[in-house]
Amino acid sequence: MFLGTVVYAVINSVILILMSIGFNLTFGISGISNFAYGALYILAAFVTWMLLYLVGLPYLVSALISILFTAFIGAMMYRFILMRVRGQVLSEVIATFGIGLAILEFFRYLGFVGVEYALPVFIDESFMIGDVYVDMQRILIVISSAVLVFLLWLFVHYTSLGLAFRGIAQDERTALTFGMDSDHIATLSVSFGAGLAAIAATIIIPLGTITVSQGYDVLINALAVSIIGGLGSTGGVIVASLVVGFAQRFTDTYIGSHWTMIVSLIAILIVLVIKPSGLYGKQKELEERI
Amino acid sequence: MVRYRTANAVGLVHPLKKRRERIDRGIKVRSEDIFALCSWREMLYLSAPRLLPIVGFILLPLVLEDYWQRVLLSVAVFALLAISWDILAQSSMVSLGQALFFGMGAYCSGILNHYFGISPFLTIPIAAVLGGAICTLLLLPVLRLRGVYFAMVTLIIPLMLERVIEATKIFGGTEGLSGLTALPSKWLELYILLAAVLAALFGFRRLMTSDYGLVLKGIKDNDRSVMNAGINVYWFKIQALFIASSVGAFAGAMLTHVYRFVGMPVFALDYSILPIAAAMVGGPGSFAGATLGAFILVPLSEALRALGGLRIVFYGVFLVIFVVGLPEGIFHFVSRKYHQFERWVEVDK
Repeated sequence: MFLGTVVYAVINSVILILMSIGFNLTFGISGISNFAYGALYILAAFVTWMLLYLVGLPYLVSALISILFTAFIGAMMYRFILMRVRGQVLSEVIATFGIGLAILEFFRYLGFVGVEYALPVFIDESFMIGDVYVDMQRILIVISSAVLVFLLWLFVHYTSLGLAFRGIAQDERTALTFGMDSDHIATLSVSFGAGLAAIAATIIIPLGTITVSQGYDVLINALAVSIIGGLGSTGGVIVASLVVGFAQRFTDTYIGSHWTMIVSLIAILIVLVIKPSGLYGKQKELEERI
Repeated sequence: MVRYRTANAVGLVHPLKKRRERIDRGIKVRSEDIFALCSWREMLYLSAPRLLPIVGFILLPLVLEDYWQRVLLSVAVFALLAISWDILAQSSMVSLGQALFFGMGAYCSGILNHYFGISPFLTIPIAAVLGGAICTLLLLPVLRLRGVYFAMVTLIIPLMLERVIEATKIFGGTEGLSGLTALPSKWLELYILLAAVLAALFGFRRLMTSDYGLVLKGIKDNDRSVMNAGINVYWFKIQALFIASSVGAFAGAMLTHVYRFVGMPVFALDYSILPIAAAMVGGPGSFAGATLGAFILVPLSEALRALGGLRIVFYGVFLVIFVVGLPEGIFHFVSRKYHQFERWVEVDK
């Protein structure tokens, strides 16, 4: 019982990390809060589904195309819409929220609802850890997100583009004087965030079915984790995901599944009371508080 | 005030560089002082924009048929929610969760009526104050956050409360509370709501131009300099939050007694999105814009009812178009045309 809860809590935390890392990356670099994030997640899942079952491409190819397509949509979203309202936080939020709403509700309108909208698992196997039954997909989620986070860290710290990302994140004006095109980097950051959403969708969706309402859930989870961890901080996301993931799974087992949502809400409120900038939001602490 | 704006696009196609000059209409200048009282035309110029909503709201219920009276009712509810959003937005708090205020008011009056049997004439005012107070307490820890941080938290709180009710099955759970007492007549419902919209519209417009409103606007423009002036920013924000959430809670309480039902849908995303869309389309920063936006969007959404789920897609697209294309909103656009005329003049060498 206890071991099982711990194993599933770890998996739950990793899923939360995957769900929120793209949102957090975009915000951390360009300060754009992409409220269309959940919609892009669902968009990627449906594109993969359509390529797989309607066009008939192999799974790996359709997943790759869908990830690239979602990243492209993210870039276009910045170029044609967000660039015009850059810096006006309210307008950015409302514009991205409007885009997300339009995408999600359009899928709902098209009638993409039902159990047949599901992606196959990568490897259909399962095994026991101790006396806990775990399927292969969940193991793959843990492994691939560990690899993903590591690759992302390498990319940000050891490439010139990663350096530009960090430069823009730290001080946009100073970065501009060094010849970094802030709009170019911001396009890439939104695009990367969208691509990460698509990767998360490709890995996580096989556990269940694709539903439109999941788009809102993903956004809520990403927001909750990012707020607790401190927006823009990757370490914060990981710690916050572990905190929320473990808290959710343990309340689920020992108190009742009804209370899991309350746990995140209480966690957000407590963290905000004690530390308004989140657990690791050091850099921007001064600006967040009044 | 004369406003200039250069027209780049024209300059590119035209060999002669021209720019658009905006000049106040003579009647605006004349009617700015006591001479306004000298002629009917000037008096009409000043009073028509104010009389239009008042007379419209009084007469419309009388001429409309039953179905469109219902639509007018929801116009009034969404106008109140949009005004409540605008109060927050003007005092530096961007909310994405008007459903929180709406739902809290709805549940407060529903619970008071269902469990204690209190008459709607008492539950609605109590729910407006109580709901406002609960929302303010709930958002108290978030008040120190600014901008997008505040917006994020307000977006998720109503959605989470919906889950909490679903999970814990309190207050009727997914079924909700039905069979609540209705108000005596539909005319009373309609006119109470319309009177509330008018009171909110003109009252808050006046409030925002008073010294008190000036402080709230100052917090939005530069909170640190307001703090420098020795004003407790948080205390003012709490007050603005309480005012705004009370307005939203009042709308929720009214609609609860109109539908005689309260349930989870009151925390739905619709009640967060439509008010923001109304305020953005109408023009944020003046409560008239929010009201105008509700007046355009709600009947439009009724007309689009045949499209089903596509309606919400249209809201999303509208939001994007107006945020990017006409950020000032319809109201400011129209009022500029009303007060000023434009002409093309050559650019000085």
